[in-house]
Amino acid sequence: MSDVAERVKKIVVDHLGVEEAKVTENASFIDDLGADSLDTVELVMAFEEEFGCEIPDDAAEKILTVKDAIDFIKANAAA
Amino acid sequence: MFDLTGKKALVTGASGGIGASIARALHAQGATVALSGTRVAPLEALAAELGERAVVVPGNLADAAATEQLAKDAEAALGQVDILVNNAGLTRDQLALRMKDDDWQSVIDVNLTAAFRLSRAVMRGMMKRRWGRIIGITSIVGVTGNPGQANYAASKAGMIGMSKSLAAEVASRGITVNCVAPGFITTAMTDALNGEQKDKLLTNIPAGRMGEPGEIAAGVVYLASEEAAYVTGQTLHVNGGMAMI
Repeated sequence: MSDVAERVKKIVVDHLGVEEAKVTENASFIDDLGADSLDTVELVMAFEEEFGCEIPDDAAEKILTVKDAIDFIKANAAA
Repeated sequence: MFDLTGKKALVTGASGGIGASIARALHAQGATVALSGTRVAPLEALAAELGERAVVVPGNLADAAATEQLAKDAEAALGQVDILVNNAGLTRDQLALRMKDDDWQSVIDVNLTAAFRLSRAVMRGMMKRRWGRIIGITSIVGVTGNPGQANYAASKAGMIGMSKSLAAEVASRGITVNCVAPGFITTAMTDALNGEQKDKLLTNIPAGRMGEPGEIAAGVVYLASEEAAYVTGQTLHVNGGMAMI
């Protein structure tokens, strides 16, 4: 399942244009990686597409860090 | 200029005078158009007239689920929606003192809430593709007010405020959100006025005539074009000088 973490990190790197080294599990999208609120919406859309799952709005609001995203996807995605 | 070849457009209220004119104009610039409305026969007739690059996607904007479904149907029929024209609208004119809640709500639902729902639905794909045009057909009365039209004017003013907010949210993603505000245009809606009403109206229009649907459509074509990429959150008033804002 570490594959999920790698794929999540790649999406974050690609989307936010940040250095891979900065994308640690505890990194906050907004505070550490410079995302704005629209970026976080787009990240969730990208996760949904990559992992073929639906992330409801109330769950999406709680995905604040890289780890939050990985944990949600591991718990909810089939892929 | 204003080439829309390859673009996919959804036009609501395409069975009406202005909506049909907008669909024709976008089509003439090369866009593929999805024609929406509740009356299927005139939509089919328009699609037949346009020939290729035109599809009919009926939908009832008074219903939330049907509106969401319309967005899906349009994306399925077109492949994607690059240009959304929120043109559908209805009136339930009545002095405020006599206006029923239902007259208020049905106008807000179709003219404003449905426009929001459709915009929200198509923005997702537009954001991914980094290109989109959302154009609301509002009205001069949304800015000036009009006795007997508290509901209609509120819905049209609401559309302007909504468009400005959406414009600010998605400008960085290559999506523009604008409005066109017609004044008095020759359509079935204004044909209902009697001669005396029309004469009185014309005295307030510096151009000395009513506008034509094609003059609204031309504004929509401009706002839909690549050339208008730097125009967002604006309302283009097309009213013969009736109100200069």
